[in-house]
Amino acid sequence: MIDIRGLTKRFGHQTVLDGIDLSIEAGERVVVIGPSGTGKSTLLRCINFLDRPDSGTIRLSNLGVDAKAASRADILALRRRTAFVFQNYALFANRTAKQNIMEALVTVQKQPKAEAEKRALAILAETGLSERADSYPAALSGGQQQRVGIGRAMAIGAELMLFDEPTSALDPEWVGEVLDLMRRIAERRQTMLIVTHEMQFAREIADRVLFMDGGRIVEEGPPDAIFENATDPRTRAFLKRVRSDGSA
Amino acid sequence: MRALDLDYMLGLVPVILGYVPLTLFMAAVAMVLALLLASLMAVERVIKVPVLDGFVRLFISFFRGTPLLVQLFLFYYGLPQIFAFLTQIDGVTAAIMGLTLHFSAYMAESIRAAIVGVDRSQWEAAESIGMTRGQMMRRIILPQAGRIAAPTLVNYFIDMIKSTSLAFTLGVTEMMGAAQKEAAGSFRYFEAFLVVAIIYWVMVELLSQAQRQLEGRLNRAFAR
Ligand SMILES: Nc1ncnc2c1ncn2[C@@H]1O[C@H](COP(=O)(O)OP(=O)(O)OP(=O)(O)O)[C@@H](O)[C@H]1O
Ligand SMILES: [Mg+2]
Repeated sequence: MIDIRGLTKRFGHQTVLDGIDLSIEAGERVVVIGPSGTGKSTLLRCINFLDRPDSGTIRLSNLGVDAKAASRADILALRRRTAFVFQNYALFANRTAKQNIMEALVTVQKQPKAEAEKRALAILAETGLSERADSYPAALSGGQQQRVGIGRAMAIGAELMLFDEPTSALDPEWVGEVLDLMRRIAERRQTMLIVTHEMQFAREIADRVLFMDGGRIVEEGPPDAIFENATDPRTRAFLKRVRSDGSA
Repeated sequence: MRALDLDYMLGLVPVILGYVPLTLFMAAVAMVLALLLASLMAVERVIKVPVLDGFVRLFISFFRGTPLLVQLFLFYYGLPQIFAFLTQIDGVTAAIMGLTLHFSAYMAESIRAAIVGVDRSQWEAAESIGMTRGQMMRRIILPQAGRIAAPTLVNYFIDMIKSTSLAFTLGVTEMMGAAQKEAAGSFRYFEAFLVVAIIYWVMVELLSQAQRQLEGRLNRAFAR
């Protein structure tokens, strides 16, 4: 469903993505792991053109975007068919929880307001935030904000949902509720590309795990294969390190 | 030294107050126009439209770099000598135009700074859901920038109210002009201008109080 070829991104002289090839099937849940600074966030951001890749192609069903030739219309089309969940939530500060979820529907998809509101309320119910519908982000806990952030991404009805360490900025007490919500989304066979350091969660939810290092996908496979029988020494070293941190 | 003629002053108060609506009218119209112009220029300065950007920078530089009084004279007395159709412009219109252009240059800079001050995550979130730049500005960035810039903009409005007194130099009978005319008959210049000063002072004080309330409200905004 999504087909990425030769995706390359440089910041100055540093090559952060070094020709990434990646295909994801519809309904597949792919988790990206890897050390800090290896380009995991940049990969997701390039798929959404929050960072503009220097070269490579991204094909999403019938939409093909060549990084070098991408027009503004291409970029908008790609963004409207993908959804991004940010590490720091990035909720619209001047919109309530409900309005955050409605925003894309009303402004971008031009849905009637009543319809968008109905959808937003349904999503709030699903995320367990019905009572906070009229709260502004500043009045919500981190876990609540991230659930709204995920709700905003769900509302779009995107073919591909991108999650960039959705629980890394949270106090430990809020991590569980966010992961639970992501599990429920995964159960519907929503296509997801998730960067996370939650190894247990990755193992549970992933159809496939990618290990990235130095701007490349070093190794990939089903979770059991990666977590139990990684072949690349870098993968093994990384997993050993995170396990001894107690995070897996 | 002679005593203040308080009776004369009290008698003058209603006369001068009669010109307050004109002052507020000039300031309010100029403020609305300046806000519009300043927002457009501020957005341009942030997204930097080629060629246009040069003009906007020149405009801002000129109107911040020269005194308001000089600008008003240039428009009202100078330009009609070059563009004949401008002779039909009356003093009030010229004053409103001058105030608009002058203050829009200042306000563009504060709005630009406020736009840049909106957290990066807000821009990225708007981009990520596929908003166009116009949608992003209108719905997400400008409302938040407005909140950041509001106290400064109210200060400019206060400044603008006081600056309407310069319309006097374009032959407009506003508060200053009226006081001048009254004093010319009575020779009570000190009293007449003191009345003008006090009325301005009271207006500005009332506005400053409104400003403090507005700031309180703005601080609580988006926090429910
Ligand atoms: N806007 C930028 N300008 C310059 N360098 C950048 C920029 N964004 C990222 N980088 C650099 O690119 C590299 C990859 O960053 P990226 O955020 O993609 O890593 P990551 O794998 O997500 O790491 P982490 O696990 O810490 O989130 C890092 O060295 C980072 O410093
Ligand atoms: Mg990252």
